Amino acid sequence: MGVFADRYPDEAKVVRAALASSFLALLIGGAMGPLQTLHRIDYLRIMPSESYYTVLTLHGVALVILFTIFFLVGFYQWAVTDSLDRPAEDIRFTWLWYGLMSLGALMASLAILGGFTDATDISASVLFTFYAPLEAHWLFYVGLTTFIIGTWLAGADWFRSWWNWKKENKGEKTPLRTFMVLTTMLMWYLATIGVASAVLFFLLPWSLGIVDSVNPLLTRTLFWYFGHPVVYFWLLPVYMIWYVILPQIAGGRLFSDALARIVFVLFLVLSVPVGIHHQYLDPGIAEGFKFLSASNTMFLLLPSLLTAFTVVASIEHGARQRGGEGYFRWLTVLPWRNPAFTGMALAGLMFAAAGFSGMVNAGMNLNYLVHNTMWVPGHFHLTVGTAVALTIMAVTYWFLPRITGNPIFSMRLGLVQVLTWFVGMVLMSNAMHRVGVGGEPRRTADPFYDFEFEGVIGSIGELHLQIGLGALILTLSLVLFFIHLIFSWFGISSTTKITSEAAIRKPLSGKEHAPAVLENFRLWVAIAAVLIVLVYTIPIASIIVDGGLFGPDVAPVRPDHAPLFGLSGLSLSTEWLVAGAAGAVGAIAAIAGVLR
Amino acid sequence: MEIHKYEKIWFAAALVMVVLFISSVAYGAVGAGIQMVDDEGGEINPNEIGEHPKFEGFQDVAGTEASVTQVNESHYEAQIQANHPNFFPGEITIPEGSTVTFYITAGDVIHSYDIVGTNVNTMVIPGQIAEITAEFEEPKEYGVICTEYCGELHHEMEGKVNVVSQEEWDENYTDDLITIDERGGDN
Ligand code: HEM
Ligand SMILES: [Cu+2]
Ligand SMILES: [Cu+2]
Repeated sequence: MGVFADRYPDEAKVVRAALASSFLALLIGGAMGPLQTLHRIDYLRIMPSESYYTVLTLHGVALVILFTIFFLVGFYQWAVTDSLDRPAEDIRFTWLWYGLMSLGALMASLAILGGFTDATDISASVLFTFYAPLEAHWLFYVGLTTFIIGTWLAGADWFRSWWNWKKENKGEKTPLRTFMVLTTMLMWYLATIGVASAVLFFLLPWSLGIVDSVNPLLTRTLFWYFGHPVVYFWLLPVYMIWYVILPQIAGGRLFSDALARIVFVLFLVLSVPVGIHHQYLDPGIAEGFKFLSASNTMFLLLPSLLTAFTVVASIEHGARQRGGEGYFRWLTVLPWRNPAFTGMALAGLMFAAAGFSGMVNAGMNLNYLVHNTMWVPGHFHLTVGTAVALTIMAVTYWFLPRITGNPIFSMRLGLVQVLTWFVGMVLMSNAMHRVGVGGEPRRTADPFYDFEFEGVIGSIGELHLQIGLGALILTLSLVLFFIHLIFSWFGISSTTKITSEAAIRKPLSGKEHAPAVLENFRLWVAIAAVLIVLVYTIPIASIIVDGGLFGPDVAPVRPDHAPLFGLSGLSLSTEWLVAGAAGAVGAIAAIAGVLR
Repeated sequence: MEIHKYEKIWFAAALVMVVLFISSVAYGAVGAGIQMVDDEGGEINPNEIGEHPKFEGFQDVAGTEASVTQVNESHYEAQIQANHPNFFPGEITIPEGSTVTFYITAGDVIHSYDIVGTNVNTMVIPGQIAEITAEFEEPKEYGVICTEYCGELHHEMEGKVNVVSQEEWDENYTDDLITIDERGGDN
C-alpha cells in the first residue's frame, strides 16, 4: 500500500501542521520543566520567585492543553482519513479548525508570556486551572475559547466524513479507528460544556468588567466538571495507539475489536460525572456528593483494567506469531530494539504504577493526606507526563514516515531517547511521591518554611537531589527527541523516500462480532447525559442557591508579576551557566554522532 | 459477540476490585468516621467577614489579635481568615488534649489551610466557611501552610499551631481567654 503522505497529501499536510504545533508546545512547555524544578529545589534560580508561577502556567498550559490536544487532532485526522479511506469532505474546513486552534493557542500563549515583562499589563499567571478570583487578561480566556471551538469543529468535520461514508457503505460497521474518534469527540462535547460555560458566562464577562463578581466555588466546580474528563481526552488517543498500533508493531493483531469498542463506550458514559473527586477538600459541597463521585471514579477503573488485559494479550499474540513460547519466555522475542515498541511498553508499565497512586487520590478519605502535595504532580507525570507523553513520542518512530515519507533518522537514538525518559521519570516521580507524603506542597516556588517536612525513606534533601537528577535526565531525553524529530521529519541525511507502508492488520475477533448496539451513539450519549444530570444537578443548584449565581461581590485579583529579566534572583554565576550549556551541547552532539 | 473465557474472568475480577474499593471508601466515611470538609460551615460575604455570626468580634485582616475561644472544658474554636500572603491570626495556641473546631474563610482568593502532619487540610474559598474539627493530644508545634496557589507570594504564606502543655497554658494563656458566652455570637 502507498504511504499515507502520498495517498492523501492534503490531509497529510494538516496532520503534519497539527503535529508541528503539538511538538512546538512540547518544546516550550518542556523547557520550563527543568527551570521550575531546579528553582523549587533551590539548586539553580535564574528568576525571581514571583515569576515561578508564570513559568508554571506556561508549563501546564503548553503541555496538557496544547501539546496533547494538537497531537490528538492531527492523529485523529489521520485515523479518520486512513480508516474510512476517504479524503476530508472539504479541506478548507479542515484548515479552518486547525487555524482557529492555532489562533487560540497563540492568544493564550501571548497572554501568559506577557507575565514576564513590565512592558504590557497583559498577564495570565493563573496556572492551567485559572481558579477565580485569580484573574487573567481577557486575551487568555478568549484564546482558550477559540482553541476549544476549533476542537469542536474538528469533531464536526470527522462526523461529517463518517455520515457521508455511511451513506455510501450502508449496513457496514464503522471502522474501529473512526469509532474511537467519534466516541472520544462525543465525550469531549459533553465535557467542554463545563469549561465553556465557566469562561463564557462568568470569567470572560468578569475580566472585561461587564459583571463585577463571580461565585468562586461555582466556576471551580464547572472547571472540574471539565477537568476530569479532559484527562481522557489526553488518554484516548493513546489508548487507540495501544489498541491499534502497538499489536501491529509487536507482530500480532488486536485481540478483540468488540472489547476495544466497549472500552471507548464506557469512557464516553463514565468520564464526566466524577469531577467532584478533585474537590474532596472543598467547603460548600456535601459529603454525599463527594462519596458519589468517589464511587463513580472507581467504576472508571473498569475500562482501564480491560485495556490492560487486551493490550497485553495482543502483544503476547504478536510474540507467539514471532515464535515466542513459554509462560514468560515469549517476552524475549518482542521487538525491544524498536523505540516505538519499547517506548509504548514502558509507558504502559508506568501507567500501571500510576494506577496505584491514583487509587490513593481517588480514595476520598485518603485524599486529604496527599491533596495539593507533590504527590499529585508525582502521579500525573506518570499518567499524562509518561503514559501519554512517552507514547506520543514513541509513536512518532512509527508514524512520521507515514505522514512525511521520510525514514527515521536513527532507531538507536530513539531507543536511548525513550529509555532516558523512562529512567528520568522513575527517579523524578518516585521522589515527588515521597516528598508529597511528607507534606511538601505542589505549586510553590519555595517549599522551605520555618519548620521541616519529614521525608518518607530518605531525607527531603536526598529526595530533592533525586528530583533534580530525574529532571535533568528528562531534559536530555527531550533534547534527543527533538534531534530525532528534526532530522527525521525533514529527511536530513537521508536520500531515500519511503513509498509503501503495511496496512493495519485486522483484529483476531473482527468487527463483525461487535454487537450492533455499540454503534447507537444516541443511546450512549443519552445515558451519559442522564448520569451527568443525576450527579451534578443538586450540587450545582445548591452552590448557586447558597452562594448566588454571581457570588457575593467577589472582585478579580490579578497576580502581580516581577519582570523576569530583572535577574534579582540569580544565584549562580553566568560562567557556570555558559559552561554547563556548552557541556550539554557537546555531550548531545557526541551522543547523536555515536548513535548514528 | 464472542468473549474469551479469560476476558470474562478478568472482567469479573475487575468488578470485584471496584466494589472492594468503594466499600473501603464507605467504611472510611462511616466506620472509621474520618471527617470530611463539607457544607456545614455555610456561606459568608468575603467583604464583611466580621459581620458573620461565627466571626463576630473577629477583627478584619491586619488588626487581628483574636486567638481561640473556649467553648467548654476541652473544646475550643478558632476563626481564621486567609488573605494573600497571610493567615489571620498567623499563630494560634491551644492546650494539649484539646479539641478545636476551625472556621476558616478567605477575603480575597482561594487558599488552603493545611496543618502539616495532621488531618486538618482544607480548601479555603471566598464566600464559604470551611468547618473542621480536630483533636490535639501532645504538645507540639505544627506548621501551617497554604497549599493552593494564591498569588505571587504564595510560597510565603505560612502559620503556626502551638499545642502547649497544660502547665504552660494555665500559666500564660488563660488570662485573656474569651469564652463563647462572653463573645456572644451563635453557638
Ligand atoms: C523535562 C520534563 C519535565 C519536568 C522536569 C517537569 C517538572 C515538573 C515539576 C517539578 C512540576 C511541579 C511544579 C510545582 O508544582 O511547583 C511540574 C508540574 C506539572 N507538569 Fe511537568 N515536568 C516535565 C514534563 C512534563 C510533561 C511531559 C507534562 C505533560 C504532558 C507535564 C505536565 C505538568 C503539569 C500539568 C504540571 C502541573 C502544573 C500546575 O500545577 O499548574 N510535565 N512539572
Ligand atoms: Cu480526575
Ligand atoms: Cu497560597
